[in-house]
Amino acid sequence: MLNPLQRRMLTRRLLQTVPVLILATFSVFMLLKLLPGDVAITLAGENASAERIAEIRQNYGLDKPLLIQYATWAWNALQGDLSSSLLSGEEVTTTLARVFPNTLFIVCYAILISIVLGVPLGILAAARAGGLADRMVMLLSSIGVALPNFWIAMIFVVAFALNRTWFPATGFVSPFEDPLRAIWYATLPAVALAASGVAEVSRQLRSSLVEILQSQHFRTLHAKGLPFRSILWKHGLRNVSVNLLTVISLLVNRTLAATVVVEVVFAIPGMGNTIVNATLQRDFPVVQGAVLAMVLTVITVNLVTDMLYSVLDPRISQQ
Amino acid sequence: MSAPLLEVRDLTLGFTGRRGQPPLRILRDVNFSIARGERVGLVGESGCGKSVTGLALMRLLPATAQIGGTVTLDGADMARASAAQVRRMRGKKIAMIFQEPMSALDPVFPVGEQLGEALRLHETLPRAEEKARVVQALADVGIPAPERRYGEYPHQLSGGMRQRVMIAMALINKPDLIIADEPTTALDVTIQAQIMDLLRDLSERTGTALLFITHDLGVVAETCQRMITMYAGEIVEDAPVDDALRAPKHPYTSGLLRSLPHFNRERGQFAYIPGRVPAPNAMPRGCRFAARCPHAASACAEPQVLREIEPGRRVRCIRAEALDLDGAVERSPA
Repeated sequence: MLNPLQRRMLTRRLLQTVPVLILATFSVFMLLKLLPGDVAITLAGENASAERIAEIRQNYGLDKPLLIQYATWAWNALQGDLSSSLLSGEEVTTTLARVFPNTLFIVCYAILISIVLGVPLGILAAARAGGLADRMVMLLSSIGVALPNFWIAMIFVVAFALNRTWFPATGFVSPFEDPLRAIWYATLPAVALAASGVAEVSRQLRSSLVEILQSQHFRTLHAKGLPFRSILWKHGLRNVSVNLLTVISLLVNRTLAATVVVEVVFAIPGMGNTIVNATLQRDFPVVQGAVLAMVLTVITVNLVTDMLYSVLDPRISQQ
Repeated sequence: MSAPLLEVRDLTLGFTGRRGQPPLRILRDVNFSIARGERVGLVGESGCGKSVTGLALMRLLPATAQIGGTVTLDGADMARASAAQVRRMRGKKIAMIFQEPMSALDPVFPVGEQLGEALRLHETLPRAEEKARVVQALADVGIPAPERRYGEYPHQLSGGMRQRVMIAMALINKPDLIIADEPTTALDVTIQAQIMDLLRDLSERTGTALLFITHDLGVVAETCQRMITMYAGEIVEDAPVDDALRAPKHPYTSGLLRSLPHFNRERGQFAYIPGRVPAPNAMPRGCRFAARCPHAASACAEPQVLREIEPGRRVRCIRAEALDLDGAVERSPA
């Protein structure tokens, strides 16, 4: 399946992830420590004595130097132990297993919408470049790119959940329990997340298609007698698939980050909500675990993208 | 004599300018015909309208192009046919080979698929038979190991091989006419000769007519039966190739022939035509070549017509009969 060149690339890329992981978790750890507030005070409860707080600090190792704290966490994480929440005591791996699929579900849903709507819109705009349809699509996509996700999310809640009760305003149903209801619940958040995605996909696809349609080998396709339909959908789409893949890969990463806000608006028990709550409470093992999971996801997406490049463009694997 | 395969009558071509600007007139009064199986060379300097003529015949020009006149190919008018009709003609009746084989093939599809696709447009074949036909087409243009090449991508082939693939693609539906626009310009000299030989052989073998668009008069001499010279968007001379080369009747054709470097001329002496082609928006009213012509006279200030001076010979020069012009110097007695 993999040729030696691809295997070498894969190995190199996997090795490159190590410093990325260390840097990401370490900077998040330090940022967390820079924030004012102390989890020990929260844990001790109101009116706790200074001795009590110091005792809690000692119990959780919070009195040790920061580097030691980080090193301890990293060493355990390396062995698959992400330790437990300081507040609930739940194992972080358990928390992640509970909330991460929810976030992935919303992200995949949003990406699916971005592709299913964005690709035809981009193709339509490119096919009618300069025409009315093109200008309409480009206008809509400018709006989609410009509006912030959380704002779109709130407008959607007002419009489609409160004024017209087509969709639930908040909440979440796991796709493993009830797939249909899960889709129904996830639609508004996914659409809110996908608004910029649809815009981005259609815009990028249009511009790369317009460019490729002018190229010499597309003149050959016309000279062959190929209908414009095949030129656009078969050759056009295939020729710009590398660009499209780049856009989608960046979009996955950005959407993953955007869930942090959108999950709060829709009260979805996902990674975003978990990170926000844990940060507010200075529950650093949870934040660290969640960030680690997110970084790993992004790295995986990027790696898969790079591997797909050589599948989509035969020239790449040669270089 | 039977009707010609291709008959171009009063072809004009303009491009709509920007708002407020007059359209750019690129071609004017282009009249010529090609018989079945005939090989015709279309020569002239860059910018004289030869490539654009080829693209006009294929209807491959951008939407801003305005075509006038008729282009009758096997009874159908390409200039006025609907987009769908034109599409059915392309590949089947008229095919084109481009200058740059490097960029003329789709880089992300194997060459076999690109040929198969062309075949599929005009014929419905079982998959296995389609592949056999494509492999045969690759073999016919002299591509070694065609079965292996079938699955390869353009970037895995050399420039000469890619041009062979382009030729195979142009020929696969057995068109009546192939337009080859500078098919060898981008290739090495040794490969150029191979490709030209191949095109001539294929034309002789299959009876496909060829329109060679080139500035290489040597190519025309060795491959074509007739030579059409274009200058500034007009045809200035149309003659059997031997006559045109030995005794051109238009000073521009003569100038082109004299510009060929020669071994038996004194060292350091290059003959050339002074000046340059006038811009499309600054065409003189009279003979378009007059400003560069050593034989220009007062009569040349009047518009010139393409007239038949003897059967099968046309020239756009009022002084044609009065002039005794140099042709190509014989290289060696044949």
